[in-house]
Amino acid sequence: MPLLSIRGVTKSFGTNQILKGVDLDVNKGEVVSIIGASGSGKTTLLRCVNLLEDFDGGEIILDDVAIGYVTRNGSRHRLGERELARQRAMTGMVFQSFNLFPHLTALGNVMLGLVKVRHMPKAEAHALAMKWLSRVGLSDRAAHLPSQLSGGQQQRVAIARALAMDPKLVLLDEITSALDPELVGEVLNTIKLLAKEGTTMLIVTHEMRFARDVAHRTIFMDGGLIAEQGPSAKLFRNPKNARLKEFLKRANI
Amino acid sequence: MEQFLHELWVARWALAQGLLLTVEISLASIFCGTIIGLFAGIGLTYGKWPVRWPIRALVDCIRGIPVLVLILASFYLLTFAGINLTAIESGLFALSIFCGAHMGEIIRGALQSIPRTQIDAGRAIGLTFPRILIYVLLPQAMRQIMPVWINTGAELVKASTLLSVIGTGELLLRTQEVVGRNFMTLEFYGLCGLLYFLVNSMIERFGKFAGQRFALQ
Repeated sequence: MPLLSIRGVTKSFGTNQILKGVDLDVNKGEVVSIIGASGSGKTTLLRCVNLLEDFDGGEIILDDVAIGYVTRNGSRHRLGERELARQRAMTGMVFQSFNLFPHLTALGNVMLGLVKVRHMPKAEAHALAMKWLSRVGLSDRAAHLPSQLSGGQQQRVAIARALAMDPKLVLLDEITSALDPELVGEVLNTIKLLAKEGTTMLIVTHEMRFARDVAHRTIFMDGGLIAEQGPSAKLFRNPKNARLKEFLKRANI
Repeated sequence: MEQFLHELWVARWALAQGLLLTVEISLASIFCGTIIGLFAGIGLTYGKWPVRWPIRALVDCIRGIPVLVLILASFYLLTFAGINLTAIESGLFALSIFCGAHMGEIIRGALQSIPRTQIDAGRAIGLTFPRILIYVLLPQAMRQIMPVWINTGAELVKASTLLSVIGTGELLLRTQEVVGRNFMTLEFYGLCGLLYFLVNSMIERFGKFAGQRFALQ
């Protein structure tokens, strides 16, 4: 029984169909990376899993629950805001542009969800947030505002903010794309650590080496469909799909 | 000079009451106006069209009408709708909707300048939209509008002088009454101007202090 099961998901923006029926399973403890050219639908797929986008067809099942929609009398309805929020809390998401709350300190960013969503007492939330900040190597930056942190540090705070909520599944959306090259390493090392501990992760990335080294499985998306997938080592060494061959050649791995 | 001091002593309570009423009305109308503006601004930014359009129409209407006309209208016209307000109440009403319309526009501007990705980030940790508003969007918007908000406060103090035309005994009307008794035009209007200046420079001081305190470093 996979933790995440995506079945025939379709999604259009106007007349432009971005997802054309995606099927994907992710098992508990598995790290799956999604690669592909810009516009292939990988970020949209991730946003659908976290219900930040609605999708037009198919279903997404997380831990045995169909999320986002309910079918009543044969017609499909989007769930209400409160129920969506409850389901979103089961997944954690880290964004390309960090999206930290600029008016809150690093600690405040991590604590907000613990106090307001998980209704944890302040002291307990404080302790848990500090634990996560020290795990990403930032306990000495707890009182800093995001504007006082480097890009790499901000992204690690964002990782702590997502992980502290104890999500069943973590979604990472091109989390190193906005970073200076010398800051990429510190963020990727944090993710490697999480992978080793068995965190289930779905990673959209342009870092081919990272996908190859960390992900158990890699998915190649092309034109709104999964064009090829397989164990990372095998897929990178021996790609079958012509477009994937071309894509890897250009990515220069 | 001696005569001025004597007249000032005679008029002290009238002027003090006028000043107090001016400050009270200004504070009350900026309080009510800010609350009206919050709802208007949120509706204008995030409301669907059935919410947005009526608010838009009201806000544009109120902003397009001179404050003096608003004051006269709420004093004379509301009675036709069966609403009987005293001069102070109708003055307060007019200044509040005036302030509310302006604050609504200011708050809309501030909210729209916050990137949508902040909403995504709030949703991603499981916050519902009302909570995202309270804990993520409004705190950021408020820091931005603090200087403009203080400025609106000073504008309201000045606009409150217009209430003298409907017989609200605020500072200007009290001064006019005093001058009507002793004919010391220059002295008492000078004093009146000085008092308004002092109130507004105090508001400005407070604004600078608050601005520094709440600024995002």
